[in-house]
Amino acid sequence: MEFTDAQIQRYSRHIILPEVGGKGQKKLLGAKVLLVGAGGLGCPVGYYLAAAGVGTIGLVDDDVVELSNLQRQIAHSTNTIGMPKVESAKRTFEALNPDVNVIAIKGRLNKNNIMGIIEDYDVVVDGSDNFPTRYLVNDACVLSRKPLVSGAILRFEGQVTTLIPHEGHCYRCLFEAPPPPGLVPSCQEAGVLGVLPGVIGALEATEALKLILGQGEPLKNALLIYNALSASFRKVKVPKNPKCPVCGENPTITELQDYDAGYCQLG
Amino acid sequence: MPQDSNQGKKLDIRGLVCPYTFVKAKLAIEDMEMGGLLEILLDYPEAVHNIPKSMQDHGHKVLKVEQTGIKEWIIVVRKEKD
Repeated sequence: MEFTDAQIQRYSRHIILPEVGGKGQKKLLGAKVLLVGAGGLGCPVGYYLAAAGVGTIGLVDDDVVELSNLQRQIAHSTNTIGMPKVESAKRTFEALNPDVNVIAIKGRLNKNNIMGIIEDYDVVVDGSDNFPTRYLVNDACVLSRKPLVSGAILRFEGQVTTLIPHEGHCYRCLFEAPPPPGLVPSCQEAGVLGVLPGVIGALEATEALKLILGQGEPLKNALLIYNALSASFRKVKVPKNPKCPVCGENPTITELQDYDAGYCQLG
Repeated sequence: MPQDSNQGKKLDIRGLVCPYTFVKAKLAIEDMEMGGLLEILLDYPEAVHNIPKSMQDHGHKVLKVEQTGIKEWIIVVRKEKD
């Protein structure tokens, strides 16, 4: 493909970078990224990926926009309250950059549909707000060898990690099984500083862009933890666990399970 | 638009200003073979300094910067990095 004059202007600050250039920008335009969740994390991730010219962005979420979301979910607005989040975010991202095709999937990932959805994408970015989805996405990405950028936030702290299945660690190498229901509070119970998902989402978007461009070092075998109150980042090593139940040498999880058992469906 | 020849490529970016002068030059050189020569015709004075510097920063060799008119220059660059 040849760039149009408008694309040369739009992406000029990328094209100038030696690590991106015209070739890298074409990779971005040809790339397909799936965002799990169109909430606190999905909004900034999608916003920056759309601005960067990632050609296809899939969005999965089954919620509608509520007033209480707007303190942090920056792709939605007062005008889109009541609208499905995937539709609200699709409008925002496509308005920002018409080069981007946003595929809105209003629904919830489960063990029956996830493999068919993620197979169309090069990279998966998890911005979900619950453990069943987090473990489902992890296991599906490991089983289908799909790179996964995973982020999480609560109160004033967030974390990011990048999973390259079978090369680096996976989420179960880090935390083998989900915590029991009710042990870990959700954002709904514990609150979150509105800007925090912006920081973590921007880091997730950065990881996704690096994977597509093949530049730099991904957060493979590492977990990056950000604390807003202390204004500090900590990078912790996460070794691949040879006994990991899904990506280890003798995995016990060889197919997707029912992940929702025992969990309430807090959004 | 660049014109191809056996020795390399000619790029006319008269009328363009920074950063599009370098953006166009960079896109042109990316598509060339290693060792190929890119001849850039330009009329934006700032770019006469900026393009050679940026090309060198990106690993290419600047062979010539020549003023060919009152407000017209030719820069010749050899592609040395992919």
